[in-house]
Amino acid sequence: MRHLLSSADLDRDDVEALLDLTDSFVEVSNRAIPKVPALRGRTVATMFFEDSTRTRLSFETAAKRLSADTMSFSASSSSVNKGESLRDTALTLEAMGVDAVVVRHRSSGAPHRVASWVDVRVVNGGDGWHDHPTQGLLDAYTLRGRLGPLDGRRVAIVGDVKHSRVARADVAILTTLGAEVTLVAPPTLLPPSIEGWPATAVHDLDAVLPEVDAVVLLRMQRERMTEALVPSLREYTARWGLTVDRARRLRDDVVFMHPGPMNRGVEIAPEVADDPRAVIVDQVRNGVAVRMAVLFRLLAGEGPEPVADVVSDGADDRSVAADLSEQPVGAGDGGAT
Amino acid sequence: MADRERRISPPYGGVFVPRTRVLDRDDVARAIWRMAHEVIERNHGLDGVVLVGLQTGGGWIAERLAEALDSIEHVRPAVGLLDVAFYRDDIGLRPVLPEAVTELPSDIDGAQVVLVDDVLFTGRTIRAALDALHDYGRPRSVQLAVMVDRGHRELPIRPDYVGKNLPTRRDEVVDVHPEGVDLGEMVR
Repeated sequence: MRHLLSSADLDRDDVEALLDLTDSFVEVSNRAIPKVPALRGRTVATMFFEDSTRTRLSFETAAKRLSADTMSFSASSSSVNKGESLRDTALTLEAMGVDAVVVRHRSSGAPHRVASWVDVRVVNGGDGWHDHPTQGLLDAYTLRGRLGPLDGRRVAIVGDVKHSRVARADVAILTTLGAEVTLVAPPTLLPPSIEGWPATAVHDLDAVLPEVDAVVLLRMQRERMTEALVPSLREYTARWGLTVDRARRLRDDVVFMHPGPMNRGVEIAPEVADDPRAVIVDQVRNGVAVRMAVLFRLLAGEGPEPVADVVSDGADDRSVAADLSEQPVGAGDGGAT
Repeated sequence: MADRERRISPPYGGVFVPRTRVLDRDDVARAIWRMAHEVIERNHGLDGVVLVGLQTGGGWIAERLAEALDSIEHVRPAVGLLDVAFYRDDIGLRPVLPEAVTELPSDIDGAQVVLVDDVLFTGRTIRAALDALHDYGRPRSVQLAVMVDRGHRELPIRPDYVGKNLPTRRDEVVDVHPEGVDLGEMVR
């Protein structure tokens, strides 16, 4: 894994390996000193061209818990205001010796462009309406923690699917793990076509709820009202909000999720957000561990290409093999590290 | 040998081919029994003794050692598991992935920790384990028990309890499991 640009790039093995790795980082996060030296000497930069608190803080916390140095770059307080281009900004960070950069941008595809310009590991921290892979991973991790394996589990993603990168990331990653995803939204908040999406779309929340194992609520942005996509927030809440009444009708083991920031009283009732079935705080906590796993995989997990093919002369002077856990570095160097 | 370990042993994707059985099942049991007596002798009993198996090869040996200690002294010491992946010095030089989650007894401050692993080779895993332990607390002492010491140390580290001293070539592979100890090679 060189970059994490798109949720769809991850196959089932990749996702499961990352979620298993996350277990180890949850253990690290629960320690008295929640820090390991794994990425000492590496630098992780966050390059955010769009407002965000939790994602940026989450990535920076993750990098720090791995002992990486962090640099933070935000569009509002930088030379972007002086007209510097995305490419020049990326090249500047590369020149400063950054090992990985987390990119958030309002334009879909910006992280892909950055990855094509610089020789630095790139993580998509959310791009336009396109994707937010670490959110998809942390949602999958949180769900797996509550429900066990996701095969055949039914997940409803409710709300502004059209403008939501979280919805796209969740659909990709949850279905990769075998879940069945239903998108629930008013017609105006669904994409014009979901052809090719491994999900179905419906408009009636109450028809779906009795069958679901988990409900992912998306943030309902106020701007959508001025764009006349919903008649009023009250109307939206009445038909697509997770109200106290709807929550009461759901089983005890159904999971409620929200990527944050929440509009309490709009897409989710205040009491429901604090319900024991809601895992919104767990999502934030797991987000740090998932991002540690991603950064570790990108910056440390693989090492160089396998060298066994290169080294072929003489059995005795190559460190082909070693014992179970303590082998020297496998190069033709007699194992010196 | 665990799948994951096989994956990270060069040549990557190779298969372990055993050549010689060095210890059989009974030899392994006797070695564990002897090491248990040595642990008791060295620590004048089991007061404060905590066994910490290194993931994943040391885990079952730590369990077996705890059983042996229990049947000799009628006290079962606490057993923990430690994964050292995040403390290794070869991160970025070879594939490094944790093998399993660390689970240590709540408090290791002041404990007499016995690290338990299957094979002692370069000593780098043990160095990483000492760093990792330090993040959890300050043991009164740390001792090392291994089923096989195969030599080729790259660091000033020595075991306190050894099941079997086994001279090897660097390119050989030692496979330790409950049924015995095999010496062989990784073959592609």
